[in-house]
Amino acid sequence: MDIIQARARIAEFPGTVSGGEANVISVVLPLAQWQPFAQFAKDDLGCHYFSFMSAVDWQEEGLEVIAWVDNVEAPFSLLMKSHLGVGVTTCASLVSVYRGANWMERECFDMFGIHFDGHPDLRRILLPDDWVGHPLLKSYDVDTPYPPYR
Amino acid sequence: MEIKRPVPVVPAPVWKEMKDLLEWQEHHKRRPEEGDKHSAAFETLTEGVHNFPGGFVLTTAADAFLNWARKSSVWPVSFGLACCAIEMMATFASRFDVERLGMVPWASPRHSDLMIISGTVTIKMAPMLLRIYDQMPDPKWAVSMGSCANSGGPFRHGYHVVKGVDRVIPVDVYVPGCPPPPESLLNGLLLLQDQISHFHRTGKRAVPAPKVD
Repeated sequence: MDIIQARARIAEFPGTVSGGEANVISVVLPLAQWQPFAQFAKDDLGCHYFSFMSAVDWQEEGLEVIAWVDNVEAPFSLLMKSHLGVGVTTCASLVSVYRGANWMERECFDMFGIHFDGHPDLRRILLPDDWVGHPLLKSYDVDTPYPPYR
Repeated sequence: MEIKRPVPVVPAPVWKEMKDLLEWQEHHKRRPEEGDKHSAAFETLTEGVHNFPGGFVLTTAADAFLNWARKSSVWPVSFGLACCAIEMMATFASRFDVERLGMVPWASPRHSDLMIISGTVTIKMAPMLLRIYDQMPDPKWAVSMGSCANSGGPFRHGYHVVKGVDRVIPVDVYVPGCPPPPESLLNGLLLLQDQISHFHRTGKRAVPAPKVD
């Protein structure tokens, strides 16, 4: 599977808008297709390597989740994006597809407060368990006191 | 252009319920009174001699001698936190050579007198730092090295940064700079030695300012 075939296969997948240049394919997905598309990327496109995952806080437009997976044999990379929508903080988990997504999703939950449905162990990974709030949200006040040291 | 701070939506945590805070307050209530810890026999002996007519001559001489001994063998615990630690290592190495001041970087807090806080102290690191500091025997000193340890520095408004290490442990000398070159740190260490040479048997230690924003 090379990148041209991959682009053709992605165009057949319902609801996706793809772009990107060089050996990166960027795909914008509806939220419902987040987990099925990841399964499709792994099984059909050969993207076996889960590189990283993050989120963006677009304030009025809500949150957006981002995942980057690689096909190391072709090689090409696949950037998946999905808008959660205003006020939505729930997203399907990719752990059933990529086991590498486990800690990344925990970090997303830690920093952005996104709850991943189907995650086996969703708790904070970097911050202490008694931390209040999610620091990478734009609405988080960076000077929020955290006793006893602030 | 006006920079707007985001409106906080996070409720302030209830401070009274925080176990760490209570421990911290207790620690700092205790610390200035403790001063310099000696054995009870030593305390009784020195009090007796000091109160004896003319005895202060002896105790002041003894103080001067002890302070000379203390300042001539300040052993810093090797404890590096961030990029300042690189400058600290350069200071310890042969070019600047703190060993001529009697300082031996030692890899155990239990044999050390000085802690150089070299770098950003994060909220996650602060309890460990306090624990290492508590393991050091009295009399002990702390040098805050660099902007981050002094006040939080460039990361002051980070969500996870302690805004100055003096909120965690009492600090004797602050060395400014980002990072301070070895010359600055050497100057700080010389200032510390000067401070130690004026250290009185009943003298008060540096007290941290437990201010919160």
